[in-house]
Amino acid sequence: MSAASDTIQDAQTKRPKSYLDNGHTVASWLLTGDHKRIAMLYLISVSIFFLVGGIAAGMIRAELVMPRGVFLENDSYNKVFTIHGVVMIFFFLIPAIPAVLGNFLIPLMIGARDLAFPRLNLLSWYVYMLGGTFGILAMLFGGVDTGWTFYTPYSSLYSNSQVGLTITGGFMAGLSSIFTGINFIATIHKMRAPGMTWFRLPLYVWSHYATSIIMILGTPVIAITIALVAVERVFRIGIFSPELGGDPVLFQHLFWFYSHPAVYIMILPAMGVISELIAAFSRRAVFGYHFVAFSSLAIAGLGFLVWGHHMFVSGQSMYQGVVFSLLSFLVAIPSAIKVFNWTATIYKGSVRLQTPMIYALGFMGLFVIGGLTGLYLSSMGTDIHLHDTYFVVAHFHYVMVGGTIMGYLGGIHYWWPKMTGRMYPDRWGKLSATLVFIGFNLTFMPQFVVGYMGMPRRYHLYYLQPEFQIYHIMSTLGSSVLGLGYLMPVIYLVWSLKYGKVAPANPWGAKGLEWETSSPPPTENFLEKPIVTRPAYDYDAEADEAEFEKLVAEGDPRAYAEVGD
Amino acid sequence: MFFRLRFAPDTASTFAEQYDWLFYTTTALTIFFTILVCVLVLVFAIKYRRGQKINRANAPSHNLYLELSWSIIPLIMGLGIFAWASYLFVQTRQPPKDAMDVYVVGKQWMWHAQHSNGVREQNMLHVPAGRPVRLTMISQDVIHSFFVPAFRMKQDVLPGRYTQMWFTPSKPGVYNLFCAEYCGTQHSEMGGFVVVMDQADFQQWLANGGDDLPAAPLTMVQRGAKIFKDKACFTCHGEQDILQGPSLVGIYGQKRVLKNGETVLADDAYLRDAIYDPGKHLLKGYENTMPSYKSKAEDNNLGGLTEEQVLDVVEYIRSLRLSTPPATPGSSPAVASLTPAATVSGTTN
Repeated sequence: MSAASDTIQDAQTKRPKSYLDNGHTVASWLLTGDHKRIAMLYLISVSIFFLVGGIAAGMIRAELVMPRGVFLENDSYNKVFTIHGVVMIFFFLIPAIPAVLGNFLIPLMIGARDLAFPRLNLLSWYVYMLGGTFGILAMLFGGVDTGWTFYTPYSSLYSNSQVGLTITGGFMAGLSSIFTGINFIATIHKMRAPGMTWFRLPLYVWSHYATSIIMILGTPVIAITIALVAVERVFRIGIFSPELGGDPVLFQHLFWFYSHPAVYIMILPAMGVISELIAAFSRRAVFGYHFVAFSSLAIAGLGFLVWGHHMFVSGQSMYQGVVFSLLSFLVAIPSAIKVFNWTATIYKGSVRLQTPMIYALGFMGLFVIGGLTGLYLSSMGTDIHLHDTYFVVAHFHYVMVGGTIMGYLGGIHYWWPKMTGRMYPDRWGKLSATLVFIGFNLTFMPQFVVGYMGMPRRYHLYYLQPEFQIYHIMSTLGSSVLGLGYLMPVIYLVWSLKYGKVAPANPWGAKGLEWETSSPPPTENFLEKPIVTRPAYDYDAEADEAEFEKLVAEGDPRAYAEVGD
Repeated sequence: MFFRLRFAPDTASTFAEQYDWLFYTTTALTIFFTILVCVLVLVFAIKYRRGQKINRANAPSHNLYLELSWSIIPLIMGLGIFAWASYLFVQTRQPPKDAMDVYVVGKQWMWHAQHSNGVREQNMLHVPAGRPVRLTMISQDVIHSFFVPAFRMKQDVLPGRYTQMWFTPSKPGVYNLFCAEYCGTQHSEMGGFVVVMDQADFQQWLANGGDDLPAAPLTMVQRGAKIFKDKACFTCHGEQDILQGPSLVGIYGQKRVLKNGETVLADDAYLRDAIYDPGKHLLKGYENTMPSYKSKAEDNNLGGLTEEQVLDVVEYIRSLRLSTPPATPGSSPAVASLTPAATVSGTTN
């Protein structure tokens, strides 16, 4: 290991002053304009919200073990699943990849010094935290029981819970996401380094570009919609409630006009991460770069036209349903293109099965199931029975948890050395990725079955249908494995901050501008302005293998040393 | 189906059988593509892992034909599923003309059903096997959803608007009934059972006024007639059009010309509007002098009509035919004589 240690020592002594050394006071963090520090603020915040949402998920799973429930009253259960949904969607899944990894990486990947509007970036974090505070206050003052969908007229006239505070929180989180979207679009357009043409951009940047479009165009609609709920609730002005002269289905149209594209806000960045991981750990350029890049834009565009597939049995017109169903089948194609292209990327690569790659492969398995089970729900005939059952719950968890969180964790493991300058133990990482994959399937596969059997979602009592119980027990057991899988990275990543090996600038041997600066990067990102002369993913698997054989022939231990162990 | 999975829900309607064919076809496609991708990914990841001596030369970076084929082939398969599924769905929106009508009201947190001979049920629905049944549904408060897994059938039940669903039960038995749209505190318990009976059993059950209800209740038309009288509707809506209001005799199913020149069909929804919001479709030649009979949860006893009562009144209006005019205002309350077009045992309309 002597050679390897030399490299690390070199890295340690040669390391320039990093963004982490630029002030150690609380004020230097809370008043920073540095996109990397703001990303770290977001990392801490979203992790806390993930914990809150995760505890709620654990309570739901525990409650469902017995057909008559275990420990929650009706209203308490309704509040717990609402907390789970609101926190996970508005305060974890939507900001997770864009605000943490996107914030940190987009300037680095395009060779910029920072995002276009650093203060707007900081403001977005404050607004997000303010929104989160409202969300937490709503919980402390008694909780909210509408479900994260806030369907009217239940939310506007009937619910006696903290709808107002929660809506304010969601409104704020939306504002924060608009700020992030504006910042990303301006940065990607105007701040690319010399030579970084559009088609040299990493696909990660393309996916964030598409995501930002959705954030800017979609989020105002949900903001207005939930504001209208508040208007009806507070002033009793009839908008959604027929008692006051409104239309309850109108709410669903407005709500899903944003909330379906919001699914793509959650999944597109994860797809961007996967493109990076598959390329780096296969040592191959992403197959069909242009198709993958434009499929992101196609998803963002078509994603706005499919909201009615949430409403096939809502009372909307049958003809509307047919159109929405057709468009939903079209939006599935760009996702399929991505999956096939990633598969082709691995072909003839030089594959390293390190932690981020295990997460990426896990993503592919889960996302394929999540995507294909979407077909049952975009087909009107099959949706009639499956709508609002556990089948839907399983489907969107496969996409949002199996997809987005696998992508998020894969990305965190891949860029952790860049963000913190430390390596984590790869063995523990692989174990966590495997546990997450297995635990996830154990948790959600039984839910497809119980959903097809007819168990509606948001039920916590099923004593007249004891045949559902076995599937809930399986699901709850699986969720404890999943929980363990999520807990492990928290422990070894925090451990690595102090005890982990010091990371070199490019521990994975990956391509991309972010790996050309030191780990962690200096405040100004690049000491010299980078000039780009090569396409993205300029890998050569053959040359990589030749070098490997040379190392083996020379008996060099680096050939077998896995980074981080 | 030629096979049946142990965990599959009962198949108790003609639609459920067609449904399962589509469901299992989609499942086969899902399993095929999942295995395809997973096997390819695993084989490539293992075969080409670092250190494997294997030919890596001429690795392609892109291939237009490959891209087109893995876009177009799944698209064609998807469109096939789309067409099949849409065909099934369109059928579920077109109830046969001879369907038996049952009226359903959802409210927090129970289901009321009433048969047109007046038999009422709570959290239960009895229907005959082999005969199409059409449910006309409305909610008294928030959105609910009427869901019978064994029929593979579900329809949201909205406040302020009728929705319909229909099915032909195919197998006698007792099946789960759920509310599938989250509706508040006791959402988990808003449900019950649908009982499918043989035709003969059902007719007997209906004639007895339902299992656990007193025999020979008022029919819907009878109840409607009683409300019509109690609320003194006849003062303005008599045998002939008068200044105060139009006659309702024979209007059901007719086109009505409105003050603003539009024409609307006098159907269930129109009549409900006319009771709850008389100004909404003001008839040509009339001013809006009628009060709303809207009832809200908080002022139930201020003279409004509940959704169930509106259904009764609509059913009564529907029974009024030109040949058999309604009773003269002020005549004795011989309720049965007010119901010319319906009989106690009749289940069709």
